[in-house]
Formats: sequence, C-alpha cells, structure tokens
Amino acid sequence: MIKKRPLHQLSQLIIAHTMEILREPAVLFWGILFPIFMALGLGLAFTKKADKIGHVVLIETETGISPAFERLRQSSAGPNLEYDGIEHRHRLVLPDSVLGNMTIYFLTTTWDEGIKHLKQGKAGLLLSVEKDQVLYHFDPSNQEARLFHREISDLLRPGREQGFSQSGQVRALTLKGTRYIDFLIPGLMAMGVMMSTMWGLSYGLIEKRSKKLIRRMVATPMRKSYFLFSIITVRTAMNLIEALLLFLFSWLSFGFTLTGNPLALFVLILAGNFSFAGLSIFLSSRTSSTEVGNGVINLVVMPMMIGSGIFFSYHNFPDWLVPVIQKLPLTMLADGMRSIFLEGAGFSETAAASLILAGSGVLFFLAGLKIYKWH
Amino acid sequence: MSEPSVNNPLIEVRHIHKSFKTVQAVRDVSFTISQGQFVALLGPNGAGKTTTVEMIEGIQKPDQGEIRIMGLNWKEHADRLRPLIGLSLQETRFVDKLNVVETLRLFASFYSLPASRVEEIITTVGLQEKRKAAVENLSGGQRQRLALGIALLNYPNILLLDEPTTGLDPNARREIWNILLQLKKNGRTSLILTTHYMEEAEKLCDYIIIFHNGEILKEGSRNALLDEGDGRKIVEFELEKNETAESYSALRQKFDQLAALFRVHWDRELSKGSVALTNLETELPLFLEHMKELGLTICNLSFRKKTLDDLFTELTGRHLDD
Repeated sequence: MIKKRPLHQLSQLIIAHTMEILREPAVLFWGILFPIFMALGLGLAFTKKADKIGHVVLIETETGISPAFERLRQSSAGPNLEYDGIEHRHRLVLPDSVLGNMTIYFLTTTWDEGIKHLKQGKAGLLLSVEKDQVLYHFDPSNQEARLFHREISDLLRPGREQGFSQSGQVRALTLKGTRYIDFLIPGLMAMGVMMSTMWGLSYGLIEKRSKKLIRRMVATPMRKSYFLFSIITVRTAMNLIEALLLFLFSWLSFGFTLTGNPLALFVLILAGNFSFAGLSIFLSSRTSSTEVGNGVINLVVMPMMIGSGIFFSYHNFPDWLVPVIQKLPLTMLADGMRSIFLEGAGFSETAAASLILAGSGVLFFLAGLKIYKWH
Repeated sequence: MSEPSVNNPLIEVRHIHKSFKTVQAVRDVSFTISQGQFVALLGPNGAGKTTTVEMIEGIQKPDQGEIRIMGLNWKEHADRLRPLIGLSLQETRFVDKLNVVETLRLFASFYSLPASRVEEIITTVGLQEKRKAAVENLSGGQRQRLALGIALLNYPNILLLDEPTTGLDPNARREIWNILLQLKKNGRTSLILTTHYMEEAEKLCDYIIIFHNGEILKEGSRNALLDEGDGRKIVEFELEKNETAESYSALRQKFDQLAALFRVHWDRELSKGSVALTNLETELPLFLEHMKELGLTICNLSFRKKTLDDLFTELTGRHLDD
C-alpha cells in the first residue's frame, strides 16, 4: 500500500501554481511594474509644482480691433504681455515660486472663431467688451475657466500693482501625508490586491475549467481543499510581494512612509486578500466560458475601481451613495490602509474592517464551494 | 459486498440512461467487461460513447441504471474507486507553463507516488527528450502521450481513454498504439477506449461495442462481428460515366432489383458501389451477370476484406467517420 503524503501533494500544488504565475511574463508587468508606473505617473503629475496653462480668446469687433486686448495692454500686466510668434496670439507669464507659474495665451479673433475654439476645447474663456464693460464668457462647471476668470479680472481691476503675487497669503500644502501621492499609494496597493486576486484567481480557475483541467484533476485522489488552498496561498503571497515592492518604490522616490502599526497593516491586507479570494471563488464557481468570466469579473471590479476612491475621494459622490461605497470591500481595504499608512492607525481602528473583510471572504468562499462545478 | 474483488466482473454497466437538456445521449446501455480485457466503444461522433465512458469515470451520473466497478459504485465508494482508475479525457489541456516532468510530478503527488514513478512513465510514453519542454511547446501527439502517461501513473486496474488518437497524424497514432499494445502484454490493466477509427478498435481491442444514437448497435469480438451478416469480402465497383448520366430513378430501380439478391450499396454521388460476398468464386460471376443484364457497365472493380465500417454501413447506412 502506498503511504499517503498529503503535504507532498500540497507542496507540489503550490510549486505548480507558483511556476504557472512566474513563467507568465505578463504577470510581472501587470502585477508589479504596472502599479509602479501608475504611482510614478500620477505621483509626478500631482506632486510637481505644475505650471498652469490657460487659453483665453479676446473677441475682436468687426473693424478688426479688440477692445479687450487694449484693456489688457493698458493693465498692470501690459508690459509683460509678449507676442508669441503665432499670429494674433500673445503670452503672459505670471511667475509664482510657491504654486507654480501661470501662463496664459491670449488669442485675438472673432466671436464665431472664439466659439469654435471653445467647442473644440482649445480655449475655456472668452473675453469681450460691451458698453465699456468687460464680459467673461465661460462654462461655470469648468474649473480652469473659473480660475482664469478670477486671475484676469484681478489683472484688469484698476489700481492693481504690477508684480503683485498671492504668495504672501497662500501656503501650499506639501507636508508628507497630505500630498496626493500619499492618498494614492495605499489606494493603488488595495487596487492591486483586488485586481490580481480577481483576475488571477477567477480567470485562472475559469480557464482551467474551460481547458477541462479541473475535471481531470478531480478525477484523481487530489484533495479539492488543497487545490483551492494552494492557489489562494500563492496568489496572496504574490500580492504581499507586490504591495511591498510598491511601498519600497514610493518610499524611495516620494518619501512615502508608514506611520501606523505594520502588523495591523499586514492583517488588513491579508483580510483584504481573503475577501477578494472568496469573491473570486464564488464568481468562478459555475461558468466555463472565459468570455462570461471576463464580463462577470468586470461587472464586479469596475464599480469598485470607480467608486471606491482609489484615485480621487469618493466624497464627491452624492451623499446617499457614500455609505454604500464605504461598505464595498475595496473601499474598506483602501480606507483602512490609508488610516494605517497616513494617520498612524493600529488594530483598534482597523480590526473591524479586517474582520468584516475576512468574514465576507469566508462567506463567499463557502457559498462558492457549495455550488462549485468541478466536472 | 463492497470490497474490490476479482470474483466480480471488472465493470458492470446495467441499463444506464442519460439525457442532457434536449438530447437523449445514452439509452438503456448495458455491458460487462472482465479483468484484462481491451474494449473499444466504436461509433461516430454523437453516438453516446463519451457520455458512457464519463459515467464509468464518475464524471457524469446516470439518470437511471447502475454501474459497478469491481463491485464498487461511485455514490458510496468514490475515494476507493479513484486510485483504481487511470483516464484521459477527450480534450484536456494541461498547464501550458509547466514542463513534462513538473506536470507528471504534480499528478504523481495526488497518488502519493515517488519521483521514480515519474521517470518510469516518461520512459513508457517515450518523452525522455521532451522532459523539460513546456506543455505549450509539445506537439499534438506528445500532448496525448503526456495525457496517457498521467493516466498510467497510478498503475491503474482500469484505463479509460476517450478518443486518444483523434486528430493525430498516422505516426503519432501508431506511437500511442504501441504504448497500449505494450501495456496489453503485461495483462494487469484493462482498457476501455472510445474511438471512431475502426483500425484503432481492430488493432487494439479484443472486444468491440458499436454505438449508434445512444444505443449499443452490436457487440462482440472483431471476428464475431465481421462474421455477422452475409459476406466477409467486399467488392467495390465504379460505373462508366455515361451510366451515371442516366436518370436517377431508372438507376435506382435497377439497384433495387440487385438489392433483392445481393448486399449491395450504391453511392450515387460518387457513382461507386460495393457488394458484400461470402464466396467470391461462385457469387462474383453471378453478380457481374446481373449487372450486365441490367445494362450497367463496370469500369473499375476491386476486392477487399470486410471491415467494421462496412458492418456499420450495413446496419445504419452511415459511415463511422461521418
């Protein structure tokens, strides 16, 4: 009689799943490099003192002169207005060492042309003069246009001194922990856990079913529990490595730091993994069509990507929606991670989230197992 | 009785039925297989072979009827049956990124088998040179040999192979056959294979069960099956082209007359026909005379032995590979 070696079975399963992942070059890119690129790109875009660039149209009359341009030239900014080399266009640079320079391009043209520019997004703001009065035309929901409206109306106000800067009254917040990059990194880590688990596990299992590999494996004395345990374990380990690499990267390049309890963070990430792993098993429990799988995974992943405040705060959503968003697993994970990374939180603040995440994972896992299609 | 025992027939299939949504895949199928036998389930696609084999493998449950393997059944004894069986499904794609040794090691671990068994199997299926090749880089024949190797890993008492050579070129097919013939010599393993290649059934198996529309059409040894019906020799003939231009109904009538006397088949499209004869010396002149009387001119005539495909055509009007 052959001696049973259950641990040997488990270790072979773990080795096989690890090899399967590591030998797929796309995994290294999407799992590790992509989140880092994203952090780098978004981080640079939002931490650099960006020069603000605006395009404004100055309306000319039928006679070909633009009273708005004349006003501008006579204003305090007049001497700084320089011809751009492009016909009918002038440039004005407003230096600001704290918030970053502001460059405004003024194009002098007819009303019809100006409207065309507006429609094409080439300009956000139109200036005309009627009865000695400067009129600003712009879409109030266009934030940039509002900003340039204020800036220009300030310039055109009589008695404004040249070179006046707001620097004396404004302090830019570049304190660690309050920057956009600080908000972004924990979100990216949480999203990485979700994406890698949902796609890696769900899609991987559905593909194995469509290849009839699951069917073949359960025709042996393989323990089903070991099979699922091993793929979840391998995936979780990968996710932890990915999160660690992203942390190291953002620490080195943006000075991102961990202020809270590392153990609470570890437990929370693990709980997040459980939650998404359970959901993945549930979603992959029936279908053997990768197309259906694709749709189902997207259906679950996309709303969380958009709603859970990974890139921007979910507090911009309507008030009635916020409590719903806060109960999504990705939101719980991202919010919890932010509080540990940025606010110095520990177990007392995140234990509830960890418990709910892990618990929901277990529930989905059991439900999935109940209806799992092995054959 | 629940102990696996040599006194029981190896496999007993009794009156099994299986339906899927709109299709009745298997209807009242029964057969018995004894220890060491090599059995082919032969039939065209959709005849119910795969469903039958999958019910024996425990992958499908029969709607009605019973299957006993060494006296055990899947409902109560799944854990004891699995180690007794080795199988390859019609189409399994193993993990692309794993190589041959790794794939075999993984499956060996499910049976708690040592690494030495993996090496034995690699030799048995002739994949020594491909041992480090990733599954995705194997040819169709090599993949099938890997699947066969996995099926053989656990020294199975019963080997169940679902279309093991479908889609393979003749060389690759022969390699699989040689492995199985070698296995047959050892005599410890019984084989059930499904196929729509009559050569495969004839070459490998001593007992053939012919399936058609979810039912057993005929079963028996190859020789017993071929002895059935009227003749064992087949004469194929081709008609002059001008004959085929004759109107269909007139020709049909002539062949109906012939069919009253001979086991004759006529393929209008190809203007070819065949007739099964038992005794060439006495029957052939008679047949040719009749043809002449009917005004049918033969331009080509050939002889061959009767095959299982002829038998199948005799019984169903279809060919096995239709």
